[in-house]
Parts: sequence; C-alpha cells; structure tokens
Amino acid sequence: MEFMDITEYIQLVFTDYTLRTITLGTAILGAVTGMLGSFAVLRKQSLLGDAISHAALPGIAIAFLITGAKDSNTLLLGALVSGLIGTFWIRGIVTKTHLKSDTALGLILSLFFGFGMLLLTFIQKQPNANQAGLDKYLFGQAATLVESDVWIMAIVTGVCLLVMLLFWKEFKILLFDEDYTKTLGFNTKFIDILITTFIVLAIVLGLQTVGVVLMSAMLLAPAAAARQWTNSLGVMVFLAAIFGALSGVFGTAISASQNNLSTGPVIVLVASVFVVVSFIFSPSRGILFKHIRFVQNRNDLQLHKTLAFMYHIAETHEDISHPHTIKILNNFRGYTRSSLKKLEDKGYIIIKGNMWSLTDHGFETASNLYNQQHRTDE
Amino acid sequence: MSNAQFEIQLIASLVAVACAIPGTFLVLRKMALISDAISHSILPGIVVGFFITQDLNSPLLILLAALTGIITVVLVEYIQKTGLVKEDTAIGLVFPAMFSIGVILIAKNANDIHLDIDAVLLGELAFAPFDRLTIGDTDVGPKSLWVVGSILLITITLLFLFFKELKVSTFDKGLAASLGFSPAIIHYGLMSVSSITTVGAFDAVGAILVVALMIAPAATAYLLTTNLKKMLALAISFGIFSAISGYWVAHWLDASIAGSITTVLGLVFLLVYLFAPSKGIIAVIYRQKQQRTEVSLLTFLLHLKNHDEIEERHVNHLNEHINWQKVRSKNVLDLAQKNNMIQIDNNIVSLTKKGDEFTSKAIDYIITNEDAQIEDMKDDFFLFRG
Repeated sequence: MEFMDITEYIQLVFTDYTLRTITLGTAILGAVTGMLGSFAVLRKQSLLGDAISHAALPGIAIAFLITGAKDSNTLLLGALVSGLIGTFWIRGIVTKTHLKSDTALGLILSLFFGFGMLLLTFIQKQPNANQAGLDKYLFGQAATLVESDVWIMAIVTGVCLLVMLLFWKEFKILLFDEDYTKTLGFNTKFIDILITTFIVLAIVLGLQTVGVVLMSAMLLAPAAAARQWTNSLGVMVFLAAIFGALSGVFGTAISASQNNLSTGPVIVLVASVFVVVSFIFSPSRGILFKHIRFVQNRNDLQLHKTLAFMYHIAETHEDISHPHTIKILNNFRGYTRSSLKKLEDKGYIIIKGNMWSLTDHGFETASNLYNQQHRTDE
Repeated sequence: MSNAQFEIQLIASLVAVACAIPGTFLVLRKMALISDAISHSILPGIVVGFFITQDLNSPLLILLAALTGIITVVLVEYIQKTGLVKEDTAIGLVFPAMFSIGVILIAKNANDIHLDIDAVLLGELAFAPFDRLTIGDTDVGPKSLWVVGSILLITITLLFLFFKELKVSTFDKGLAASLGFSPAIIHYGLMSVSSITTVGAFDAVGAILVVALMIAPAATAYLLTTNLKKMLALAISFGIFSAISGYWVAHWLDASIAGSITTVLGLVFLLVYLFAPSKGIIAVIYRQKQQRTEVSLLTFLLHLKNHDEIEERHVNHLNEHINWQKVRSKNVLDLAQKNNMIQIDNNIVSLTKKGDEFTSKAIDYIITNEDAQIEDMKDDFFLFRG
C-alpha cells in the first residue's frame, strides 16, 4: 500500500469498508476527546486522563475473567468501572491525606496499571484460546474497529454534546470560578462529577483505538493546541474537536499507507504536530509572533533612545534643526545606519551627508516621548 | 530456592531500593509525575542507543537513554516557561509524543531490534539471570545485577554526600539558595539520578512499573512519618518487601513478576492508606467526626451561657433551636454531662462551674483567635477524645 497517491486514498476511504470505519471512528474519537479535553486542560486536570486510562486496564482484564468473552462492549464497561474507581480514589487521596495530587495520580496510574498487567499475563497463561488480543488495549488497534463500535462512539458523542449544551453555563462558570459557582447555589459536586464521568467515558471509548498508554495525549493535545488560538471557551471546544478529528483522520491515513505502523502512536504524533504548530504560529500567543513582537519592541525602544539623545543635543541650540555630525552620536552606541534611516523615514530627522538635524515633527515627538515617560513615572 | 530465583529477587530488591531513594525526593518535591514522563520518554533513547551499541546493558546505551530523560525534563520546563499551557499539561504533551516515537521506531525496525513492546512495558525480570557477565572466563553474575548494583552504589554515594543539600532544598528552596546551594544543580542532579535509575530499572521492570517503584513506597512511607530519614528507610523497606513477596506471588500465579510486585505495592499502600495511625483514611474520618462533635458541644455550651431563660434551656428546645437531629443532640448532651460540663434538672439544662469556666475560655479563644489561648484549654477540650 505504499506510494499511494492522495486522491486514490480518498476514494478508498469512501469505498473500503474497513478504512471507512476506522477513519470515521478515529475522527469521532478525536472530536469527543478534544471537546472534553478542553475542560480537563482548563481545570488543570491534564494528567487525570493519563491516570484514568491506565487505571482502566485492570477493569478490562477483570471483565474478561468474569465473562470469558472478548466482546468489546463488556470489556469497555469493565474499563469504565475501574477508571471511575481510580478517579474517585485519586480524589480520596488528595482530599483526605496530605499526599499531593501529582503523587496521587502517579500512584493510581502505576499501581492500577501494574495490577492490570499482572492480570493480563495471568490470563495469557490460561488454557483459553479466546484470550489472544487483549493486549491490543495497550497500544490500541484501530483495525479492530467495527461499525457497531463507531455507532457507540457516535451515540456517546451525541449524548455528551447534548449534556454539554444543556449544562454549558454551569460547566463554564465552574471552570473559571468554583467558589462563585457555589455561592450562586449550583450543585458544584454534581457538575464536577458529570464532567469527570464524561471524561472517563471518552477515555474508555478510545482505549480500543489508541490504547491505555497513549490515550491521555488524545485528551490533551487537541485542547492544548486549540487554547493557543482563542480566549473563548466555545471557540476553544469547537477548535479542539476539529483538531482532534483531523488528527484521527490524518493519523489513520499515515498509518494505513505504511506497513508496521500502529494507528495509536501515529495519531498521537499528528496531534503533537498540531500542538507544535499552534505553539509556534498562533498569532496572539505563539512563540514566533511573541518573539517578533519582542524584537519590534526592542527596536522601537532603541529608536526612541536615539531620538531622545538627539533631542537632548538639539535642545541646547536655539535652532532645533541645526545640523550635527553623525559622529557625535558615537558616544551613544545605540544607533546603526538602518536605525537612522528608519528615523529619517518617519520624518523625525533629516540626514545630509555626514550631518543630521531634527525636524519640527521629530522634536515634538521626542519631547512628548519624554513627557509621556514622565507621566507614567508618576 | 534455585540460584536463578535468588538472583531475580536480589535484582528486584536492588531496583526497588534504587528507585525508592530518588522517588522519596520526587514525592516530597511534588514532582512525582516527572518520573512518569521520564520513564516514557527514554524509550526512543533506548531504541537509538540499541542501534548504536547492539547491547541492552551497555553503559553507553544507559547514558544515551538517560540523556533523553533529561532532555524531556528540559523540554517540559521550557514549555512551562513559555506560559502557553499550565504546568502539568506540558508533561502530558511531551511524554506521549516521545513514547510514540519510540513505539514507532521499534515497530518499523522489528527485525533488527530484539525489543518487544511487552518487554518495554513490563521488562523481563524472569530472563535477567540468563544474560550473564563474564570477565575472562569466569562468570561473575547476571549483567543486570551489575548494572543496577552500580547505579544503586552511585545513588547511595550521592545521597550520603549531598543529604544536607537535598534536605534543605526540598523543604525550603529559598533557604537553600541563600545558603549558597544552587537549586538548579540539585534539581538537575536529582533529575539525572532519576533518569539513570529509570533506564537501569527499565530493563528489569519496564517503563510504567518504574513509576510504581518510585512513587508507591515513598507515598506509603509519607503517610506514616514526617521525618525524612525515617521516610527513606520505610520507603526502602516497603520496596524490598514488595520486590520479594511480589516475586513469590508471580511464581504462584505464573504471571508477570513486575506486575505482581506493583500489585503488592498497591496492597501495601491500600493497607497503610486505610489504617495509618494519624494520616490513614479511617483515622482522618474518625478525627473529623470527633471534631464535628467538639464544635457541636462548643456551640451548645455557648448557647447555654448566653441564655438564662428556662425555656431556652429546655432539652426539647435544643432540637428546634440549634437545628440538630435527635440523635446528635442526645450525643452532645451525653458528652457534656459525661465531662461534668452541664447538669440536668427536670429537663432543664444548666452549666456547671467547670462548664462555665470552659466556655469562658472558649469565648476568649474565639474572640482573640490566638493559638496561645487554646494551649491550656487543650487538656479540658480533648479529654473526651480518649
């Protein structure tokens, strides 16, 4: 399948059952995790997702041990229960003991996961041919998605969207000011549990596709990328859903076009690319534009400094436009040929050969500059 | 017990000790999740190192992989510094990306690398005794025993040399800086040790279980003591205990050794979490309940002191007036009577002399809100705590 061209691939997505199912599944998954991830990121619960997804593993194993069947819905139900137990235990540790949240998260994450691995290796030794393939939940295997899985994802996404629209105001206010929410008489505990439950649900849905180990990135990356482009919660949730869905689609495409590439890690890497691009190129917060603004400010400051220096020289003369040699600027090293040119372009000074002189406009600007500084000092 | 079994337990115990020492400081410094990030991110380092050295136990590979761990820490800190996302999001963004790169590298070169994804997550402790180090012609023991042993030796040496610096900078960064210990050097030193330990332990217990060995013993110990030296000792003993008993559980279940070590760690933590004398969940809930009763008692006594009227002091009235349920008001009444704070005549409650004095002191304390005021009250106040 290597060297397939893009139009051919797109055609294949619409005609090939497996590819269509996987693409749809990962896209929906990306959208719902992106949406809910926005809340996790803004509530500083970024790593909760990591802990929950690891904590889901023993649930899968226990569900298999009890039912003996590999039906993905039963297993995911087990994952949901054990994920929720993990979540509430974390909460118990943080509220009832003096252990901090990072310790609690790391504890539950590693202990549940270790227990899950114990059960998985135990199951593998059982004389039951049915057990093969449980380890797909570690890194996910999008290829095992079938249409009914996609339907379940779609239904959960729909319910989640509905609840989010219904409780939008409550979610938003809880996100930004919990105490205020409480004083307004909202049941914060209920809203909190509602959000957390949906986050756990989204994580559990993704286990089959992306796997226990990397699921947290699906939650975080689209949301962190979306955060860079906007300050509005609604726009952020929407963007995160789009980024998540795109990561799913592109990730599936890349992993389908190569041999030996599991979908989960590729999707995560695509999502990480979104993050990197957003970090660098976002107009208001991005590193690139921030740096450009920083350099611009520094240059402006240099220009102002030069101008102020010229102003102080011109001040001592009756005629402000009395020409001076450029050389006397030498003991002030802040000027360069280009910065003088810039000052000239702005009409602050006139340069004739080796001489410069302030214009009226330049003099006025420079004196105002000084005043402004004076004013802000006060 | 065969020789191989003994060697496995020895390696597991050494790994547990080597992890517990940096783990204790990570937990105290609220950086427990950094170990999670490091343990995932060293994977690409290990794969690339394996391409170069072709030997999983080569010191060069360990250094290369540890370097990846430190790069992760630096990257996380860089992202945090840009302020684009909140602290823990930075961790959560970096390590899955690094881990994905590692997984993809392994998958793409499956033919050249004898690294199995399962081994990455779980390690292969059971096979450790069969990869032996020979000097000349003499067999000096399993390779991983030497690797883990040397890492442990370095860790212990560093711990003894810099114990004071570590202690001060962990509990009071400002003081440490003003005393002239560079916080950056201590920070990155700890990160390097954690990184090297993680890589060394990785081979034996796998990526995620390293995290368990670092955090769980330290967290369990932290629930039992607030003394750093005791905490270190406890963490080390929990680690060794879990390593050895975990081995036998795995032996019995015929399952992953690393998985069962973690499970034992989990059980130990659960027990301590429930039953620790002052910080365990049962002790905390019991204490909170008592404190609630104490506050109720105080409210009740204050009410009595404020009201001389007979009708305000009638037993039945208390239910309505302070809005207490029947059981609760009876409890409070019994408690107050047992401590000779009140006496009841014909269902009318009044303060005894002792109760009156106690209440005055309590008012004093509430008004001034100074800790000194409560000191001589404590004996009276807590006498019913048993």
